[in-house]
Amino acid sequence: MVLQSLKNCLWLSCVLRTPKACFWSTASGALIIQSVSNDVYQNLAVEDWIHDHMDLEKQQVLFLWRNSPAVVIGRHQNPWQECNLRLLRQKNIKLARRRSGGGTVYHDLGNINLTFFTTRKKYERMENLKLIVKALKALRPHLDVHVTDRYDILLDRQYKISGTAAKLGRTSAYHHCTLLCNADKFVLSSVLKSPYEGLQSNATPSVPALVKNLFEEDSSLTSEMLLDAVAKEYAVQHQIDHHITLINPADETLLPGISNKTEELQTWEWVYGKTPKFSVSTCLNMAYKDSVLDVKVNMDIKHGRIEVCNIDLPEQWLPPALCSELVKSLTGSKFCPNETTTLVTTLLRVCPQDNEFHSRWNLLCENMIKLM
Amino acid sequence: VCSHRIRSCSSIRFIKSKYVCVYDKSALKFSHQQRLFRTSAVSCGQIVQFKLSDIGEGITEVTVKEWYIKEGDSVSQFDSICEVQSDKASVTITSRYDGIIRKLHYSIDDIAFVGKPLVDIEIDASKGVASEEDVVETPPMSHEEHTHQEIKGHKTLATPAVRRLAMENNIKLSEIVGTGKDNRILKEDILNYLAKQTGAILPPSPKAEIVPPLPKTEAVPAAPKDKARKIPVPVSRPIAFSGKDKTEPVTGFQKAMVKTMSAALKIPHFGYSDEIDLTQLVQLREELKPLAEIRGIKLSFMPFFIKAASLGLLQYPILNASLDENCQNVTYKASHNIGVAMDTEQGLIVPNVKNVQVCSVFDIAVELNRLQSLGSAGQLGTSDLTGGTFTLSNIGTIGGTYTKPVILPPEVAIGALGKIQALPRFNGKGEVVKAQIMNVSWSADHRIIDGATMARFSNLWKSYLENPASMLLDLK
Repeated sequence: MVLQSLKNCLWLSCVLRTPKACFWSTASGALIIQSVSNDVYQNLAVEDWIHDHMDLEKQQVLFLWRNSPAVVIGRHQNPWQECNLRLLRQKNIKLARRRSGGGTVYHDLGNINLTFFTTRKKYERMENLKLIVKALKALRPHLDVHVTDRYDILLDRQYKISGTAAKLGRTSAYHHCTLLCNADKFVLSSVLKSPYEGLQSNATPSVPALVKNLFEEDSSLTSEMLLDAVAKEYAVQHQIDHHITLINPADETLLPGISNKTEELQTWEWVYGKTPKFSVSTCLNMAYKDSVLDVKVNMDIKHGRIEVCNIDLPEQWLPPALCSELVKSLTGSKFCPNETTTLVTTLLRVCPQDNEFHSRWNLLCENMIKLM
Repeated sequence: VCSHRIRSCSSIRFIKSKYVCVYDKSALKFSHQQRLFRTSAVSCGQIVQFKLSDIGEGITEVTVKEWYIKEGDSVSQFDSICEVQSDKASVTITSRYDGIIRKLHYSIDDIAFVGKPLVDIEIDASKGVASEEDVVETPPMSHEEHTHQEIKGHKTLATPAVRRLAMENNIKLSEIVGTGKDNRILKEDILNYLAKQTGAILPPSPKAEIVPPLPKTEAVPAAPKDKARKIPVPVSRPIAFSGKDKTEPVTGFQKAMVKTMSAALKIPHFGYSDEIDLTQLVQLREELKPLAEIRGIKLSFMPFFIKAASLGLLQYPILNASLDENCQNVTYKASHNIGVAMDTEQGLIVPNVKNVQVCSVFDIAVELNRLQSLGSAGQLGTSDLTGGTFTLSNIGTIGGTYTKPVILPPEVAIGALGKIQALPRFNGKGEVVKAQIMNVSWSADHRIIDGATMARFSNLWKSYLENPASMLLDLK
């Protein structure tokens, strides 16, 4: 793989000082770039930036990137429905929402991401996927890989090794896909299983599939080899040099406005707040002293905030005034365990200081928080 | 149309017969704009059905996922209208016209068809008039939907909305570097330019404050040439602030804070402050820090402050008590669950270290480390945040000396620690020495705690910290 030397980078930065159209212009019809960062938000921000600012008429772009452990949900998906948020928080795995449609994927360094940028008119997913298959076959001719009409790439006719998603804007478009080289399948399957019950939503559901790493098929393969193979094939097909330009997504001079984009992708409002309206309808089974209480809970969540909340407690188990106080406080607040924890513990300060009452309150609140 | 205006002001210059350039009467200019605006708004527009254009790949239907506008909103060309999804592709549909949205043909989750109407837009009939131009320097334009504009022969791409923003702020588009596609000037570019004008980024010029529009005529030649002026006074460009007030409902955590603080207000607070000489403690901590690090723990001053407080509470248990709602009973709490106020993104949270009375300084440090990492990850549990009996707030890490902390019900006392400063003090021999001084401000519930008790507790706490070796005598 030919990596950009420092000299070339300096040359690039000189070219870039002029306001852009296609500033990485190498006078060729296409460009291959690779991110030096493994931060999912930074890399998604680069996609946004290219989509918004680059003129793809004269030059198409292939963007190569890898992320440290993260779960990425589609634009219109519901994270509660798609993954085990509790596990994500525990394991410090990031959650990101991308701007393209499609389903949920797990990323780690054993998974590579490829983004094909073109003008809206030249948007063509099949071609891109066939390019990848061709690259894989050139690398390892014995691999049984093919593209399905659902835009997946299957290994041995049954294992999914690539998922696809796309974003179309007014003049530009991008198609990105993953490629499983050596991802942690154990973590993948555990984080992509949602423990939340009683969710009713119109959000785009993911279609679970049997997956396999290419590494399992051929242990000589590495992520770097796959990236390089795809880059090589792209270079051939676009008749350009097999030259990969490295970019740093934190470079504000190179990519003005990128830090704002990166920040936006990390806000709660984007990651959780963009979840389409959904409702939670479940029954908490709370073990208290010698009995088990059934508490029906109904909540409507819009923009990630609790719009309507109903808790059906046995009579007089908690003073009704305080129960309604809890409901009133939850209404309008984020459907988020941290926010709810701080809320209910703060509320406890102004409640009667009774041990019995406190333990009941804590029990109820902890169960409510588990739903989030 | 504007002739009667001319009579009333003396320094108006005509650029073209249709437009009035008022150089130092920005107020007048403003009203002039409004007149034009009003006339154009009154006229009836033509309703155009904006159809869903071809998505590509032979797709004929999509699902509407999100509307960015609602009926009655005004849109500019290229503004985003909605987000639709088709088979793993998310598509942003942008407007082809400037106008007002009159009808949305679909609701969220409906299937929309390519080639069928998506929204109805009322197009402004008298477009291309003053509201689209940079009135000050440019010749008049009469283009309708074009976004190009010749300014001194220099093409500048900007949507009408952006041009409006520039004009409202008296900015020449030719002076702005566009960061959009094809050097298109975006809203952000205007706002960045404005920020620079107010000296936010560049070193502020002496008159960089917001200059209100000049009320009276000055005997200055109203020449539209800034370059002719030698005095760098930004008279001709009153810095208009285009920010808007933002109102949000008080929800969630803030609501709970409102409740707590309102309840706290009912407690009659009295304050007591003092100065602590931490010179010896600073030295002690320096010695112990590496030992703690070997054990994998960061040792700050807080574990010492907390332990000393607990030792003090053993002597003055009323400070670790709770008064019931009717002020009938005082409950002396057996456990010293000392809360530590933490500043997070959401605001103030107070996790507590449980049973400090049976913890060593190191135990407290371990627990603080745990609470701090959970706090910054936003993962504190309910048990960490409830059951506190006494609170210390280390506001000094941010700054400040003396403060007036608010008691967190159901507690009856709180201490706020200022920053540690190196200050000159007199020692026993009357010499001036360098001392590490920190201020503490206590607040207590005057219904059950009197000044003397608070003072004695503070003195005891102070003595433990000024002479850390004395803590050894009383450690349990």
